[in-house]
Amino acid sequence: MRVEGIGGTDVGIGIVITSGKGGVGKTTTSANLGTALALMGQKVCMVDTDIGLRNLDVVMGLENRIIYDLVDVAEGACRLQQALIKDKRFENLSLLPAAQTKDKNAITPEQMEEIITQLKREFDYVVIDCPAGIEQGFRNAVAGADQAIVVTTPEKAAVRDADRIIGLLEREKVGMPKLVINRVRSHMVKNGEMLDVEDILDLLAIDLVGVVPDDDHVIRSANQGEPAVMNHESRASIAYRNIARRLLGEAVPLMPLEEKKGVLQKMRKFFGLK
Amino acid sequence: MVSVEVKPVTTVKSKVTIKGTKEGLVFFMDDTCSFDELLADLREKIEHSHQQILSGPLIRVSIKLGKRYCTPEQQEELTKIIRQKGNLVIHLVEADVITKEEAFAERLKSQFHVQVHTVRSGQVLESDGDILLLGDVNPGGTIRSTGNIYVLGHLRGYAHAGISGDTEAIIAAAVMNPTQLRIAEVVSKPGEEWTQNSGGTEFAYLENETMLVAKMNYLSRIRPELGETKA
Repeated sequence: MRVEGIGGTDVGIGIVITSGKGGVGKTTTSANLGTALALMGQKVCMVDTDIGLRNLDVVMGLENRIIYDLVDVAEGACRLQQALIKDKRFENLSLLPAAQTKDKNAITPEQMEEIITQLKREFDYVVIDCPAGIEQGFRNAVAGADQAIVVTTPEKAAVRDADRIIGLLEREKVGMPKLVINRVRSHMVKNGEMLDVEDILDLLAIDLVGVVPDDDHVIRSANQGEPAVMNHESRASIAYRNIARRLLGEAVPLMPLEEKKGVLQKMRKFFGLK
Repeated sequence: MVSVEVKPVTTVKSKVTIKGTKEGLVFFMDDTCSFDELLADLREKIEHSHQQILSGPLIRVSIKLGKRYCTPEQQEELTKIIRQKGNLVIHLVEADVITKEEAFAERLKSQFHVQVHTVRSGQVLESDGDILLLGDVNPGGTIRSTGNIYVLGHLRGYAHAGISGDTEAIIAAAVMNPTQLRIAEVVSKPGEEWTQNSGGTEFAYLENETMLVAKMNYLSRIRPELGETKA
C-alpha cells in the first residue's frame, strides 16, 4: 500500500512500534508484523533503533549477517543500501540493524528522519522497533514515523506506561496511535486476575488493532530465529497476521481468546486425563 | 482619634490631602499633577508644615493613589518619605488603576477554563481559576487548579484543588475513582476518611480540615455559594 507523496511520488509508510515499558513484546511485534506484511506481498524494511541493546536481528535470525548498522549509515561510514540485510526466506523483507557498541545518543532524530525518509522511497512499509523508555532512543524512533502502534500487556504497569507514551505521541506528528494488547492469558482474564481488553480500552481510549494471546510458540520461534508468523497453526501467529491484514485496510474480526477444544480433548478432560 | 480636615497651606491646590479617620490617617494623592510635584508636596508636608499633627503616638497610614499608576519603585519613594516619621505606620497603598498584566492575571483567576482531552500518565493540567475537564484523568495524570475542579469524565489520577490554599475549593467528578485527592493542604486517598461510593457523580470538599466525599445533590447544601458567585 503506497500513499501519494509530495510532488506525486509514491512513498511508503513508517510505523513505529513502541510501548514505554520494556519486555512487553515490541521486538516480537515488530518482527512478526514486518514478516506478516512481507508475506502479504508488501515490500518491508524493519529498522532496529534500540542502539546498544539490539535484539531484532536475533529474533529474525539474521545476527550473523550484520556488516554495517544504523549508526554507520548515520555517520556516513557506508551507504544505506550496504547496511540493509535482505532476508533470504522472504524476498520482500529487509532489516536495518542497530549498532551494538554505541548508545542511543550516537544518532539524532534529524539523522533518523532522513534515513526513514530514504527507506520510505523504496519500501511500502518501514517498521521501526523502538527501545523502551521515553528518552533520546524514543525520540529517535518516532522521528521518521507516520503512524504508531503501542504495545501493552494486560498488566497495570504496562498499561500505565502505554498511557504515558500515548500522551507523548499525541504531541508528535504520528497522532493517535493504535493499540496491540500482547500476551493475553484467557484463563486469567476469565478468573478476573488480569485486566481484560475492555478495561484497557476504557482507560487508554485509542483504537485497538489486535489482541495477541500468550503463546509458548512465540518464545520457541524467537529462540530459533524464526518469526512466529511463519508457523500457520499457532494462535499468536494468526493474531499477528490479522493485525497485518487490518493495517492493510481489511476488516478482520477479533478472534476469540478461548482456544476451541475438540471433542476428544473435552472427553479426556471429563475423565481427568487432561 | 479626632477627624481633622487639613486645609491647604498655600493658594496652590494641595497635591496631598491628609484626612483623619477612625482607622488612622488617609493620604489622598492628587492623580493629575506630575509625580515630582507630588513628591515635593509630600516632603513639604511631612518635613515642615504638618510637623505637629504628624507626631505623637503610632498612627496607621493608608495611601490612596487615585487613578495614578505607580511602579513599585515609585511607591517605595512615597512610602520612604512618610516612614521618616517613626510614628507613621504604612498599612496600605491603594490605587484605582492596575496594569493590563495584573488585570489579565485577575481575569484568569476568575475565569472558567474548559479543556477537552484526556490527561494521561505523566501529564499535568494546571490553571488559575476553575477547570472544567471534558475527558478523563488517567492514573499517573494530574489536574491542579487554584479554584475548583470539575471532571466530566473518569477521575482516576491525582486532583489538587485550591493549590494556593483555598480550603473552600471542591473537586467534582462524573466518576470519582482517584489515586489521591488534595484540597489546599489536605491530602487524602480513597479508604481514609471516605470510600468509593456508588459510582455516580460525586464531589470532594473540606470540613474541619478533613476531606469528605458526597453525592452531587448535596453540593447545594454544602457549598451553596458556588452557584451564586461563579455561575
